[in-house]
Amino acid sequence: MAVITYREALNQALAEEMERDPDVFLMGEEVGVYNGAYKVSKGLLDRFGEMRVVDTPITELGFTGLGVGAAMTGLRPVIEFMTYNFSLLALDQVVHSAAKLLSMSGGQFKIPITFRGPTGAALQLAAQHSQALEAMYAHFPGMKIVVPGTPADAKGLLKAAIRDDDPVAVFEGEMLYNLKGEVPEDDDFVIPLGVAEVKREGRDVSIITHGKMVHVALQAAAQLEKDGVSAEVLDLRSLRPLDVDAILATVAKTNRVVLVEEGWAFGGITATVAALIQEEAFDHLDAPILRVTQADVPMPYAKGLEKAAKPSVELVVEKVNRVLYR
Amino acid sequence: MAKKKADPMPAAQPSGDASAQRDDNREMLRSMLLQRRFEERTAEAYAIGKIGGFCHLYIGQEAVATGAIHALQQGDYVMTAYREHAHALQCGMDPGSIMAELYGKATGCSKGKGGSMHMFSAERNYLGGHGIVGGQIPLALGVAWKIKYRGEQRVMQVYMGEAAVNQGAFHESLNMAALWKLPLVLIVENNRFGMGTAWERASSLYDIAQKASAYAMPSAVADGMDPLDMYRVTKEAADRARSGEGPTLIEARTYRFVGHSMSDPVSGVYRTKEDVEREKLKDPIRIYADFLAKQGILSQEELEKMDAEVREISEKAAQFAEDSPDPEVGELYKDVYAQEDVNGRLYFDMRNR
Repeated sequence: MAVITYREALNQALAEEMERDPDVFLMGEEVGVYNGAYKVSKGLLDRFGEMRVVDTPITELGFTGLGVGAAMTGLRPVIEFMTYNFSLLALDQVVHSAAKLLSMSGGQFKIPITFRGPTGAALQLAAQHSQALEAMYAHFPGMKIVVPGTPADAKGLLKAAIRDDDPVAVFEGEMLYNLKGEVPEDDDFVIPLGVAEVKREGRDVSIITHGKMVHVALQAAAQLEKDGVSAEVLDLRSLRPLDVDAILATVAKTNRVVLVEEGWAFGGITATVAALIQEEAFDHLDAPILRVTQADVPMPYAKGLEKAAKPSVELVVEKVNRVLYR
Repeated sequence: MAKKKADPMPAAQPSGDASAQRDDNREMLRSMLLQRRFEERTAEAYAIGKIGGFCHLYIGQEAVATGAIHALQQGDYVMTAYREHAHALQCGMDPGSIMAELYGKATGCSKGKGGSMHMFSAERNYLGGHGIVGGQIPLALGVAWKIKYRGEQRVMQVYMGEAAVNQGAFHESLNMAALWKLPLVLIVENNRFGMGTAWERASSLYDIAQKASAYAMPSAVADGMDPLDMYRVTKEAADRARSGEGPTLIEARTYRFVGHSMSDPVSGVYRTKEDVEREKLKDPIRIYADFLAKQGILSQEELEKMDAEVREISEKAAQFAEDSPDPEVGELYKDVYAQEDVNGRLYFDMRNR
């Protein structure tokens, strides 16, 4: 298997799916001539032409709705948000149109659209450019949400998203684009939506997370191992559909749980998973479920404040120690 | 607004023999009458609680959808907002399936999931039925994009109320439609009130057609009380779209004789009874029927027969809705996703129900 970056893996996924299906096209700000604000679409304009790699004006609501309308009548658009922060301008089209048209039309109109772009905090981008918004998207029935944490997952999940007949939002970690990893070269390498992966086996505690936080969890697990704690890291990968079986299995195995997410705690993914675990696996728990999330504040700019606001390896280690009553 | 009398409709076929012209005129009048009687029947059913939710009637505006959709060809698409019963009828959808949808029945065009504001027919290229002011405009832009992407000879026709043109969605869509010369015909149904707010109290610019000039887009004002003027103006725009010359913005000046929705009286807070009565002198159906009578196209007797026929259709639609079953509760989780649930993972709450 080739070792490539997360960015290259996404690029491969796009190129392969566009090659495979002429109905797939990519649209967004700077995806064409500029080769993508984060270079995910590098080279695609030259390869597929301007009807299939489309630079738009800076009008998120308009081009997102365009994608939904195109999907409603048979195309398979991939809409790039330069970042998910800007997607808030387009949320009406995502929520009221993409997520609901199949249901509202009594099953007559499928919406096979993919939304994608970077999410989460990078380095000192302050409040409006440092948000992990996947919990908000996951709130809406009709949507599917994937959050790849590795290059292989990025490729496999994006390909699955493009082939899926429902609207799928792919949340790419803004700080993961340069991450390298082994990625299968097979054109049909697809990771099914709704399948979590144990990224590290463990016995004593389950750290359940997704996206960029997988790496925070893995670092915490490595540190804990030095103290004789065996932590299992479950990467949800997909938030809707949610791999409930994998969650319950890891809880049954370790009996202790720490949940980690990059976004806010209130109404968060971890809130949902915690509720699920107490409803369905309460008898397996030997300690209360604890969570690590972003501080409940808009992200500050100053370096030290930003660090304090983000979920950290230290916080994860601390919470693990607490659920182990150490 | 002075009532401009259009010439008899230009023939649907360029060869234009007199009988085809005669049939088109009669057909348009019949469509308008059906819309009127259907909605009057709807209002009755609503009043006795057979229809729930919001219900926005089109009474008074019939000439707009009738003339404009008549200008389309097989394969063209239509999309609108929430005042949509007339457009659904005009697209050829079965009146029974429309009434059943209003009743929330399993036989409704959206299987009872959509209601008044969300009617759809993939078969008739009728793309709904959208409930957020201006939200449908970018969707229509996308359909026009699809037509261009696939190199099809089709036209996308989208309707909106005048209040929608102050939404960002309208401006973003006009810009891209004109920039990419998409085959889009935008029809603003200016019925003068965005719910209870008069247009002149909501917009800094009164003349909606002028807004197109900000996007280098052709525009036209049509008499929305005259199906022939609507036909003429829309046909021109559709021809332009079909030949690759891009979008057109049409402002159709019309008036609704009823409240914004069934919860809103005909007159009261934002307009007087006298205002409405004065506008009703321009009733598009009565004026058009008189015009056709004068032209010798449709006699009073034929008109009465036509009226009886569309009342009967409306009554039958209501009876069909009445007799239809409610959706099974088991349908609740159907059609939220294109695929069935996988192992209880897709729907978060299914294990607990």
